[in-house]
Amino acid sequence: MLDHESALIVTLVDAAKHFGPVRALDGVSLSVAGGDCIGLVGHNGAGKSTLVNLINGGLAPSSGNIKFSEGATALVAGVRSVFQELSLCPNLTVAENLKISHSALKGPGWRRTARAEIRASLDTLFPGHNIDADAEVDTLSIAERQMVEIAIGFAPRGSRARLVILDEPTSSLDQGIADQLLTHIKRFCASGGAVIFISHMLGEIFEVSNRIIVLKDGKVVAERGSGEFTRQGLVDAMGHVAPETIEESGPKGDYGPEVFSTSQGLSARQGEIVGLSGLAGHGQAEALARLYLSRSSAWQSSKSPEVVFVAGDRPRDGVLPLWSILRNISISVLQQTAKRGFVNRLAETAVAADWKTRIGIRTDDVKNPILSLSGGNQQKVLFARALASSAPLVIMDDPMRGVDVGTKQDVYAMIRAEAVKGRTFLWYSTETEEVCQCDRVFVFRNHEISAELTGADITEEKILGASFEMQEAS
Amino acid sequence: MNFLARHRIILPVVSLAVLLAATFYMQPRAMSYFGLNLLFNLAVPIALATIAQMMIIMVNDIDLSLGAFVSLAACVTATFLNDTPMLGLLILLALILSYAALGAIIHALELPAIVVTLGMSFVWGGLALFILPSPGGESPGWLRTLMTVKPPFAPMAVVAAVIISIVTHLLIIRSGLGTVLRGVGGNARSVARAGWSVIWLKALAYGLAGLFGVLAGMALVGLATSADANIALRYTLLSIAGVILGGGEFTGGKVSPTGAVIGALTLTLAASFLSFMRLSPDWQIGAQGAILILVLTARLIFSRKGVET
Repeated sequence: MLDHESALIVTLVDAAKHFGPVRALDGVSLSVAGGDCIGLVGHNGAGKSTLVNLINGGLAPSSGNIKFSEGATALVAGVRSVFQELSLCPNLTVAENLKISHSALKGPGWRRTARAEIRASLDTLFPGHNIDADAEVDTLSIAERQMVEIAIGFAPRGSRARLVILDEPTSSLDQGIADQLLTHIKRFCASGGAVIFISHMLGEIFEVSNRIIVLKDGKVVAERGSGEFTRQGLVDAMGHVAPETIEESGPKGDYGPEVFSTSQGLSARQGEIVGLSGLAGHGQAEALARLYLSRSSAWQSSKSPEVVFVAGDRPRDGVLPLWSILRNISISVLQQTAKRGFVNRLAETAVAADWKTRIGIRTDDVKNPILSLSGGNQQKVLFARALASSAPLVIMDDPMRGVDVGTKQDVYAMIRAEAVKGRTFLWYSTETEEVCQCDRVFVFRNHEISAELTGADITEEKILGASFEMQEAS
Repeated sequence: MNFLARHRIILPVVSLAVLLAATFYMQPRAMSYFGLNLLFNLAVPIALATIAQMMIIMVNDIDLSLGAFVSLAACVTATFLNDTPMLGLLILLALILSYAALGAIIHALELPAIVVTLGMSFVWGGLALFILPSPGGESPGWLRTLMTVKPPFAPMAVVAAVIISIVTHLLIIRSGLGTVLRGVGGNARSVARAGWSVIWLKALAYGLAGLFGVLAGMALVGLATSADANIALRYTLLSIAGVILGGGEFTGGKVSPTGAVIGALTLTLAASFLSFMRLSPDWQIGAQGAILILVLTARLIFSRKGVET
């Protein structure tokens, strides 16, 4: 393929991984050499995470083999991964987290070395980052944690990073930080390192990668240089036909009465989709949480809730990890279908089966544990949970993290349809493309609303303009 | 984050100071070398047991067998270690190793620690009864001397508490291995991904708990001069309370060794304080519980304020 004279780092020959009857990965051959920047795309459950886990040694292949050019294990070969679900130790400081993955760091004074190394790595990747190496990770925002994780991935850690696998690294980063990361990836590959970059944002894939691999149902369906793909071609290869432009739909400007308005200036009318935008961490999530808590009782759940919440931070405030998919969906409707305080099992099962098909959750049986689903499908379950309830107001806190393009289109359509039926949506997103789906957008800056945009005014330039201090958008 | 949330050690220190001030107010004569020694004498074994419990809580487990284990260690100390020191030492070593093995088994078979340790508490209790069916035995002379030593300036109990907290702070908070151990509590998966063997780390944490449990039993015999199979049964709950009072949390690997020692001191002092108040012994346990709830409520309120601001 590309320059094979440069050093190979890892070679997969016909590697497959089965979980029981599920063929998560069905025979993939792949070789990665220094200088490669591979974009890995595919819809949710296509096997991306499994492939990553095979390469980094997290899983052993069911058949086929994986060879590293240096050493026997991924760690020795200099293969590092940055995971989609944040995997730092929240109780440790930033520097201590580096120590966890740097076992050569020993003896008195290791702390100083660790601090210097992580600081250097953060400074190279994200100039002007403002992260204290002695801060405990759970005092950092999600974006900052992701930055730390990426910085640990690229840090030398005693040897040298040769291949860094980034699984959805930009999903919780805002545009400016994401650009810094993309710049660094290009620099890293130019100096002989290799990167496997997984993203649902095709623009990023085209920007950084020199080769694109498309996975579908556990198989590689296309592998070409990135110049040979078009955006549409890539989406087609993944198996979803996404519309080029968003169709004008919905009765714009034709809403019911105002549902709420807060002292901060946030307001929405019935049937309206209201977006919250701005740079990540500027008070959008807090505004949503405040609104949600003020409209729901802390003491008891109501038969007809006023508001439901779709969480973006799945492990923290979304998924009930020990429960089945069915129970994760039905928890929001238990109260509405209950008879004399007992769970109505028939209704529960019907709701789960209904939403499994309506939102397309990829599972054979809704009784499977929720953690058997991929991240994007778990997110679909959370959508189903919210939409299954009768609440007229739906609050969504960056709900599309780690959701693939096809699912996004489905969810957009579903939200639009529900809005027409009279539900009101409040939608915070870090992705401008999603915010452009909304009828009205509030842009946040420093915990205040800096602009309110409607209709044709909702454009990327106007949102960005209002997000930054320099230009005042009105 | 506010000041209190960031410096979790402040609340335990304040609780201890308030309780100490109240005790001195009720009984000014306690404000002396001898008085302090009397007040805190029994705190040394409790502090050691609290550290042992902290090691387990640090890796997201809980140990319900600690009281029985400390009793067993005390029985071995008062019999074998006194009569045949080599054999006694070997038995104590075997106890520590069996604790480490327990940690490995709990991790390997994914058993809930709460059930396994509850079961083991009967094993330890039975062994202790087997060794010492009725109260008796004798403390080895050197241990007695060590526990009744009179260092200059500060009484033994205070000096020992400071030493314990410094040593465990270095071990758990400052050292690299201690950091990885806390990492197991925070996110075991990421520790495993980084190439560590979590089973060994868990065994190590449990082994350390065994070591400090044995030390607690020995210290207790040194103070009490004899042992009894039920001598330390209440240590199980005292040690858990001590860890939590000291700013630790049940999950997430958030522990503080210094806080745990301070928590143990606070609990010991609470008992003396209630005696000074001439409270009937019938009420004392309830009152001790009330003090505990008070401190924990204060902590919850402060940490919640920390989140809001």
